[in-house]
Amino acid sequence: MAVETKWAFDRETVKSWSEKRNEPTWLQEKRLEALTNAASLPMPNPDKTKLTRWNFSTFENIDSDQRAIESYSDLPGDVARLAGDESKVNSAIIQRDGKVAHNKVANELKEKGVIFTDFETAVNEHSDLLEKYFMGEAVRSDENQLTALHTALVNGGIFIYVPKNVEVEVPLQAIFWQDDVKVGLFNHVIIVAEDHSRVTYVENYVSFEKEKAAANIVTEVYVGQGAEVKYGAVDNLESGVTSYIVRRAHVQKDGRIEWALGQMNEGSTISENTTHLLGDGSYGDTKTVAVGRGEQIQNFTSNMVGHGKHSEGYILTHGVMKDASSAIFNGINKIEKGGTKAHSEQTGRVLMLSSKARGDANPILLIDEDDVTAGHAASVGKIDPMQMFYMQSRGLSTLEAERLIIHGFLEPVVGELPVEAVKERLTEVIERKVY
Amino acid sequence: MTASTLTIKDLHVEIEGKEIVKGFNLEISGGEIHAIMGPNGTGKSTLASAIMGHPSYEITKGSVSLDGEDVLEMEVDERARAGMFLAMQYPSEVTGVTTSDFLRTAINAHREEGDEIPLMKFIKKMDKNMETLDMNEQFSTRYLNEGFSGGEKKRNEILQLLMLEPKIAILDEIDSGLDIDALKVVSNGINNMRGESFGCLIITHYQRLLNYITPDHVHVMMQGRIVKSGDASLAQRLEAEGYDWIKEELGIEDERVGQEA
Repeated sequence: MAVETKWAFDRETVKSWSEKRNEPTWLQEKRLEALTNAASLPMPNPDKTKLTRWNFSTFENIDSDQRAIESYSDLPGDVARLAGDESKVNSAIIQRDGKVAHNKVANELKEKGVIFTDFETAVNEHSDLLEKYFMGEAVRSDENQLTALHTALVNGGIFIYVPKNVEVEVPLQAIFWQDDVKVGLFNHVIIVAEDHSRVTYVENYVSFEKEKAAANIVTEVYVGQGAEVKYGAVDNLESGVTSYIVRRAHVQKDGRIEWALGQMNEGSTISENTTHLLGDGSYGDTKTVAVGRGEQIQNFTSNMVGHGKHSEGYILTHGVMKDASSAIFNGINKIEKGGTKAHSEQTGRVLMLSSKARGDANPILLIDEDDVTAGHAASVGKIDPMQMFYMQSRGLSTLEAERLIIHGFLEPVVGELPVEAVKERLTEVIERKVY
Repeated sequence: MTASTLTIKDLHVEIEGKEIVKGFNLEISGGEIHAIMGPNGTGKSTLASAIMGHPSYEITKGSVSLDGEDVLEMEVDERARAGMFLAMQYPSEVTGVTTSDFLRTAINAHREEGDEIPLMKFIKKMDKNMETLDMNEQFSTRYLNEGFSGGEKKRNEILQLLMLEPKIAILDEIDSGLDIDALKVVSNGINNMRGESFGCLIITHYQRLLNYITPDHVHVMMQGRIVKSGDASLAQRLEAEGYDWIKEELGIEDERVGQEA
């Protein structure tokens, strides 16, 4: 039986909130419709994890009266550090509880016609574009109770639009900071990369309070023909936060997406990442690393679906499990009928640091087409004693040797993150989670 | 630095209940290069790994000491920090950790906290040693042994030797899988280490390595212990005549461990 969801938000509350934000009719209607439907929709059903006792509704507000922080130097140190040195930050949007806390967007972006703005501004200034993409093809409002709730209550996020043939040289940075645990984090990120455009985006989710809280996060990426999107993320929400995270991409002919996801939440987390390789010759690559500690329960699903001909889909998942944490790592490579000459590969590896921890690498190949190539490898195991012997024979203590091995094991994602500061912070987070 | 001495007395080593090394005695001091030769299966590599503390080998009898300190009481990393080094026959691959990061961590593990090697000094030392070993500079940024050819792995072991400057090194079949050019380069690296403060035990099947590194002492190992010792000329005689004359002299029919008559 699913959790009895107590709706803190009735129609009237959502309606007046939407009005207060001057939202266009289409969005208000979409919200209200979703709210009406939410209660009757099923909960998501991630493979091998039962959500019956999960509570995604531990929030009291969706609105926050947080105001902007004028000066970068007034940002709390832990938040500013995520973005890096102010002088090195080109374009970054920092949000606190859904409201823009700090905003720095390079002029050259505007000159090129690139939109890089927060969700609320996008609603007001780019309503038509947003209507086209928000809870559009990639993630539907009526998929399940949580996507519906997301649509109804979305209160923050980022909208990125890169016009045809435009290449954005610098990485666009976003930081989503949950400061007030009472405010639900209903965050929505949309990236639209028109044909033959190119963009790199990197986001951090962060919170510092250990009390119960909820996060419901959706990302939609639309990659046009021949376009290229690099998407980096570090999730680091605190132990009290129950998170539902969906990140999906639709990739057209010859388009490419590369995901590098550092999934470092401390609380219960359901995270799904799906790439639909729609066009011929499209390319998707998901690299994800996760660390579980304490009594954390997590479920990660990486999904590559080949529709077009000659598509290529790659999944690499590395997980480290310690204490009494447990995690399921589902890797799904699907090739639809007609996806001839498609190629897909996945590797799932789980490193167990404790005998009480549970880790399950679950590779799934669903191939509906004969003329394809696909491969998978999965392993769950401890640190190789021969590696330890080798490293210790050079003078490294047990702890140092383990540290290097674990950092090395998680390097495939750390190394892919496009911003040096984000890379360093992820390394710190790993350090903190593992030791 | 003064010369160190590694003393191995009546060493017995078992793997999974099977005794492989049976009463091995040897003393290696700084300034000396010893070579242990012998056919396959006579316990040479087991000896090398056991001295360093390999987790699956059990020492059932005997002692190993470094300058009077009981080596067998030390953890593997303590042995290394005390000045011992083992160049392995099959070094592990460690993904995601660059050779350079690994070596810097290893060097710093040998130093006191707060006295880490300055980055520039490290890079210079690394460059110099890589040049000695004729290694491509990309080497330092590649992941430790990952995707390395057999020869590259051996060079990497010697690079680590040159970087860590141990007092006593054991080189386990460092010559296997090397072509003649690589063999010269590797020998050159080892010869650079020669001096009063460096003692070395070279384990090999073949005499050809000893054409480039002249040993002070040559020992033949059979049935888990040293059966004959001599100077460099012993290696040459083994190359010319093989091992049969020793077996005849000692009445050994099968030199492998566990085949004692």
